[in-house]
Amino acid sequence: MLEIRIHGRGGQGNVVAAYLLAGAAFEVGRHCQAFPAFGAERRGAPVTAFVRIADCPIRRRNQVRTPAFLIIQDDSLLHVPGVLDGLLPGGGVLVNSTESSESLSARLGVATASIPATTLSTEVLGRPMPNVALLAAFLTATGALPHDALDKALAHRFKGDVLERNRALMARAEASVPAGLWSIDISERETHAAGA
Amino acid sequence: MPPELDQTALDDLRRRQPRFRGLEAGHRACQGCGEALAARLVMESIGPDVVVTNATGCLEVFTTPWPQSAWRVPWMHSLFENSAAIASGVEAALKHQGRDGTKVVALGGDGGTFDIGFQALSGMLERTHDILYVCFDNEAYMNTGIQRSSSTPHAAATTTSPSGKARMGKRHLKKDLLSIIAAHHIPYAASASVAYPADLRRKVRHAIGIKGPTFLLVHSPCPLGWAHDAARTVEIARLAVQTGLFPLIEMERSEVVGVMPIRDPRPVTDYLSLQGRFRHLFTEGDPRALEEREHLQALADHTIAKFGLRGAGPDPLDSDGADTVRRGGNSA
Amino acid sequence: MRQALEGSQAIARAVALCRPGVVAAYPITPQTHIVEGISKLVADGVMDCELVSVESEFSAASVALGAAAAGSRAYTASSSQGIMLMSEVLYNIAGLRVPMVLTCANRAVGAPLSIWNDQQDSMAVRDAGWIQLYCADNQEAVDTTIQAFRIAEATELPVMVCVDGFVLTHTMEPIDLPDQDVVDAFLPPYHFARMLDPARPISLGTLVDPAWFTEARHSHHHALLKALPVIEQVDRDWQAATGRAAGGLLEVIGPADAPTAILCLGSVASTFTEVLEDHPPDDPVKLIKLRAFRPFPAEALRAACIGVKTLIVLERALSPGLGGIVAVEVQAILATVPDAPAVHGFAAGLGGRDMPVELLPDLLAAARAGRPGEFTIADVQLSKLPEEDR
Repeated sequence: MLEIRIHGRGGQGNVVAAYLLAGAAFEVGRHCQAFPAFGAERRGAPVTAFVRIADCPIRRRNQVRTPAFLIIQDDSLLHVPGVLDGLLPGGGVLVNSTESSESLSARLGVATASIPATTLSTEVLGRPMPNVALLAAFLTATGALPHDALDKALAHRFKGDVLERNRALMARAEASVPAGLWSIDISERETHAAGA
Repeated sequence: MPPELDQTALDDLRRRQPRFRGLEAGHRACQGCGEALAARLVMESIGPDVVVTNATGCLEVFTTPWPQSAWRVPWMHSLFENSAAIASGVEAALKHQGRDGTKVVALGGDGGTFDIGFQALSGMLERTHDILYVCFDNEAYMNTGIQRSSSTPHAAATTTSPSGKARMGKRHLKKDLLSIIAAHHIPYAASASVAYPADLRRKVRHAIGIKGPTFLLVHSPCPLGWAHDAARTVEIARLAVQTGLFPLIEMERSEVVGVMPIRDPRPVTDYLSLQGRFRHLFTEGDPRALEEREHLQALADHTIAKFGLRGAGPDPLDSDGADTVRRGGNSA
Repeated sequence: MRQALEGSQAIARAVALCRPGVVAAYPITPQTHIVEGISKLVADGVMDCELVSVESEFSAASVALGAAAAGSRAYTASSSQGIMLMSEVLYNIAGLRVPMVLTCANRAVGAPLSIWNDQQDSMAVRDAGWIQLYCADNQEAVDTTIQAFRIAEATELPVMVCVDGFVLTHTMEPIDLPDQDVVDAFLPPYHFARMLDPARPISLGTLVDPAWFTEARHSHHHALLKALPVIEQVDRDWQAATGRAAGGLLEVIGPADAPTAILCLGSVASTFTEVLEDHPPDDPVKLIKLRAFRPFPAEALRAACIGVKTLIVLERALSPGLGGIVAVEVQAILATVPDAPAVHGFAAGLGGRDMPVELLPDLLAAARAGRPGEFTIADVQLSKLPEEDR
């Protein structure tokens, strides 16, 4: 089972990102689960969402405490205590940032990759909505799922021009990180155990 | 059901009645109950193709002591404050089932309408359900034993607004519910009185013919709560109109479109002096009594001026003859 | 068809499959997505129903009651303070024996204000006379919603489908939505025998004096008891139609002869099911997943507890000043059983506190160290409290 935690700010499509990633997993026949740690927060406040992907039914419903990967939608969240907590050894952090991956990795002390998702989404979508760009980059970096699975999940949620722009954004973001940066094995049932 | 009274016989009886009586005689209302009279008149005008919802209150209690019921129409009571919401659900169901022809009427007293059921009523009006809501206004919580409501007139004594050394009955004004109702811009809202049955019937028939939410406020004296002679219910109700204390008006979309004129307004004391709830306003030598009587007269004068109730013609005589009929009691 | 759906959307779609005539609701977190989903289905013309967006939960329940009394299949949903505001109507609906279905997206009841999940809301109305069914996952929520209409209409009792707020309502996961023809065959059009109809006028909700009230209560109580086999049968029928059961009255998961059992309601049963798969086989523990809380399946519980020495009851609510709600009921029901298990009551996960996989071993350890009959809030952090409140 692969466990991922997504950190963002209200209004950045955090929950949508989690649902898209789970939806993409579903498209390729995997079991999936996505849910927010919902707060009473309004736009701009830190929010968290969780994704689980597995080859067997997922029954646990607790929050993800020991994620294999973190997706950070806003680099200002790196200063929020607890954001990097529980990251499994060998895991990776994907951050929406203009700071270089090397610089972030050195600063945070964990394997970090960055993409300028806000810039990309502003250019392609016309507004700062980093979630789809990050997901595309995440799939490139991890190979967790094929990109066309995300494409299908997008097509369930968006239509027409919005869908096409998001596809264009996906294409731009896919190439922004090295392929196979982090390898994972979803079939490993208990990635949780190391931290539990 | 006795064996000789099969369904056919019942249907026959029902058909041969001179008027359809949705609310049958034999219920357990007090003598001279204005609400029972009002409810009978309203139901006669509506006819049999109706579903009635009824808020908790005297009407519900005296008409349905299980296993008896005085209702000849489908009738439902749920709670004190949800007659309008229950009716909303009934109306939605009838609409969905294509039974749109069946009318929906919600009934409530002033407690269930002015106070605790007000929110549900406002919601019903705002959502434009096709419902006639009828409030039988006897100006206090009579079912629980005469406690003040927001409809209780100023200075009236109730068990929770008694008169005494420090108080002259209710300190606050009667809520102007009709204006609030009309502010929902519903197609029709009117006040009526048991003293004017023909006018009441006309208003009910008019309201029931309109598609959309309509509202009737029916002044219904309570001999027990108002402490008046049970034989003088109609007379007292008429005095409330003739003094200007209970104006009979009709409103469409928040505009006043009709009033029952008063040629010679009677002094409010003619109305007040017949009722025990205003007895403290007639205490010899109490300056507060005079002050409150003058206050109530000023309120009546204001209402008459506001609605232009001073008519040029003769006072309307009710065509049903209620104006001239007086039965039994001390004043016969 | 199997789809990846958010719980609330799946529930909305399940309601639509049941073809209700009237839906009335008022928004409250975390129920909102259900009602929004239904509103969209109505707006898109997928659902042919009268959607009444009311001005309060009190009116939501009342509108649903009026509609059901007038012969329509009726539905509403709420949470927390909304359930509290409805409570007077909930008693009334059940007392009038009017069938309908309500989804309770379970949430804590304030104060202090909490929008997050526990089950205090539905527990607070457990005596209202409704059937209450608790769901462990969103597939159960979908299946139970559809079953609930059939149970309600067979018993003339309202059914509350309890679904953990956020934990289930806001979780996206693969869910199998049955086809319309399957649901239509399972849930044929309903005729309410006591419907408000001018052709056959009846009086509903009359005043009942002391000569009759006791009998009304007796028949209501017995109607709930008689609903026990109906709930089981409807689940069997659903299994026959779809291949899936939703947990009957209760479900025992794990080794039948385990001397230790954990009884719980709702989504934590899903977590514990997975945790127990990895539990050491030399310490056999079974899970008793209570689906029907009202009516309470006393016989099924007694049967499930044969051979159990230690019974842990975990609930997401409490009765302050007493302790566990479910635990006390379970203790009373097992009191007549020879060699009754020692019952250890725990509350956890109040106001949305996460219930991690470690909770299960923690409960086992606490029960083994504790005294039978005790009640503890398992995950309270006493260090946060002033000394005198600990």
